[in-house]
Amino acid sequence: MSDMEIPVGPQHPALKEPESFRFELEGEIVKSVDIRLGYVHRGIERACQDRTWIQAVYLIERICGICSHSHTTCFCQAVEDIAGLEVPRRARYIRSLIGEMERIHSHLLWLGLAGHEVGFDTLFMYAWRDREVILDALEAISGNRVNYGMNTIGGVRRDLSDRDVEELRSAIRILEERAGYYTDIALEESTFRGRLEGVGKITKQQAIDLGTVGPTARAAGVNVDLRRDDPYAAYGEIPFNVVTAEDGDLLAAAQVRLGEIRESIRIMKYILDNLPDGPIAVKAPRRIPPGEACSRYEAPRGEDIHYVRSSGGDKPDRVKVRAPTLANLNAVAESMKGVRVADIPIIIAGIDPCFSCTDRLVRLQDRTSGRVEVLRWQDLSRRYRR
Amino acid sequence: MAVARMLPELIRSLFQRPATIRYPLERVPAPKGLRGKPVCDYSLCTGCRMCSRDCPAAAIEMRDTGERTPRPVFHYDRCAFCGQCADTCPKKAISLTSDYELSAFSKDDLVSLERRHGESAAG
Repeated sequence: MSDMEIPVGPQHPALKEPESFRFELEGEIVKSVDIRLGYVHRGIERACQDRTWIQAVYLIERICGICSHSHTTCFCQAVEDIAGLEVPRRARYIRSLIGEMERIHSHLLWLGLAGHEVGFDTLFMYAWRDREVILDALEAISGNRVNYGMNTIGGVRRDLSDRDVEELRSAIRILEERAGYYTDIALEESTFRGRLEGVGKITKQQAIDLGTVGPTARAAGVNVDLRRDDPYAAYGEIPFNVVTAEDGDLLAAAQVRLGEIRESIRIMKYILDNLPDGPIAVKAPRRIPPGEACSRYEAPRGEDIHYVRSSGGDKPDRVKVRAPTLANLNAVAESMKGVRVADIPIIIAGIDPCFSCTDRLVRLQDRTSGRVEVLRWQDLSRRYRR
Repeated sequence: MAVARMLPELIRSLFQRPATIRYPLERVPAPKGLRGKPVCDYSLCTGCRMCSRDCPAAAIEMRDTGERTPRPVFHYDRCAFCGQCADTCPKKAISLTSDYELSAFSKDDLVSLERRHGESAAG
């Protein structure tokens, strides 16, 4: 039996984002995988340095279409830390509320995609239909379905009215029933179980060694959650459980995410019942004093890290983003070993990857000589323009 | 483990209306607070340029309209509909309407025209 190499991507491997996977096969079994990043590097970190602090918030929001609130919260927390701003309590509660709504819509999106990748399109349709409930609620509160624009440096931009709270409560009632239903399906539906059980497995030790984060780590039994371990926003005051599973396969990942939807609903209910009164933002200066800060946030996909440095001007000196997908890609490479070709899409989709958020640099390397070059934009276009 | 666990749901769905909306024929009302097309009330505007300075998408051009100071003109093809201009405006002259149907055949049609206080926000 001869070895064979197949490329998956860079055009749309499993999902609608570019990334290149090269699989080395022995028959139908994957021996190893080479992952190449950088196809959708957008230069957002550098672009932030040319924008004022307030403009940078909107650019940061566009790092990710799904976890836009995660990135802005993380960035704003870092800037508030440097500037020494005390975010009002009501603003911290609203940040947590939007964060949990975002988690629900992100996990429902994943559930639908997972259903699609295993050929269970009925689940895809139903999960995405019910996702509209939370997207409509987000639109009513923030004015947009994605890129909510809720965060600003020093607090949030929009307050919750009594009518918003009532509408949100009725949305929660629908979601609660549907989340319970999907949990039953993931546990009982034999077609779904059959495709996920034992697929893409990593052990707890591997999950720790490879530095996995978020639901991928929790599915393997690693009990980490920044909302509990390093509370930000209002999480220090909100009771909730961290959902974990033991098996480390994709069924466990589905169980963790579905459990998290139910926990998020509990958190939302608590926030709506205990929403403090008061202002929603403090005034932020246009020039942020010199300093640096690192901020962490438990995004739906895992730990999101932002590093921000200011030299005292009206623009950031440096912004560095570590999106959770980067931490989880090693686990994908590891769990690919020994699986069948047919399981490749669902394993890639299993970590809920967000490749555009992950790409931070492009490195030009000659494949034969291994020589690495640094090219200016002009050189690049001169050499490769057709 | 049950086979066809979703069957009751599927049968129920047979008798439900489709979840999608036949958009141009059927419309849902825009939610209250939707961040749609921004407009400026020139009678309140003082021409301080703050909106133009804060706009993250560089969508606001300050144009001479014959008054003492220039007035903001929105380029909706560039606009990200974040609403920062409305937040920034010290005179609350800028507001976001719920108008979201902005498609046009030319970029030149996507430039805001002067609007006085009390005029309809749509169109």
